[in-house]
Amino acid sequence: MTYMLILAAETVQAANYVPEILPLLRNGLAVASMVIGLFFVLGGTLGVLRLPDFFTRLHAAGMTDTLGAELILLGLIIQEGFTQLSLKFLFVSIFLLLTSPTATHAVANAAYQAGLKPLLGKYKIPTAAEISGDYTKQDDHHADDHSSEDHH
Amino acid sequence: MEYFMSYANLGVALFLLISMAMMLGRLLLGPTLYDRLLAVNSFGTKTVLFLCVFCLVIDRPDGVDIALLYALMNFIATIAVLKFFRYRALDVSLLESHITDRDGAAE
Repeated sequence: MTYMLILAAETVQAANYVPEILPLLRNGLAVASMVIGLFFVLGGTLGVLRLPDFFTRLHAAGMTDTLGAELILLGLIIQEGFTQLSLKFLFVSIFLLLTSPTATHAVANAAYQAGLKPLLGKYKIPTAAEISGDYTKQDDHHADDHSSEDHH
Repeated sequence: MEYFMSYANLGVALFLLISMAMMLGRLLLGPTLYDRLLAVNSFGTKTVLFLCVFCLVIDRPDGVDIALLYALMNFIATIAVLKFFRYRALDVSLLESHITDRDGAAE
């Protein structure tokens, strides 16, 4: 912060100081991209914490993690320019773009195959058993379906 | 301008740390196994991002290599844990895994 104040004071003192427009534009783009990416990442995290069901949580995490990660890495690439470091950022970005949806799909598929039922219907205020995570008590009507599925 | 970018990167890294801490909350209180797995996967993605941003803050570009490795390892670990909890073993080949379903492996 003090560095910024010193920088600002020097800027004011220098009478014929012309700020270069290109680095300003580049860094502005980078910061904008990173902030939008951070918005998506934080929104996804909030969704994972707050949403009522596993599949909704997966939806929140899977969508936003991909886009948020891409935007943050794009911001880093923009502020770095054409260097070896930005090539590495590009590799990380491509790799995350490939693996993040795949992992999300794998987790969803595994959960569905294991018999985890999505929460369907209108939103209900969760009961005390659901909040405490005791899924065995309130899932009694699903237990028969599971056993019949398992033995066919 | 470099000072400002350094502070901007530091702020992004800080918010990523906050996001990672919130994801740890879901990891600790997730009711099912898959919630925890989802939290671990998302935590890993955020770790990769944090490493990428933080290696620019401390001006040591070696961190990006670690981030690349961590992204790879995170994906493979997620798939391996999913496979383990489905077949209770890791040495099931992918060709067999189409034929043998979960109940067949359990019995």
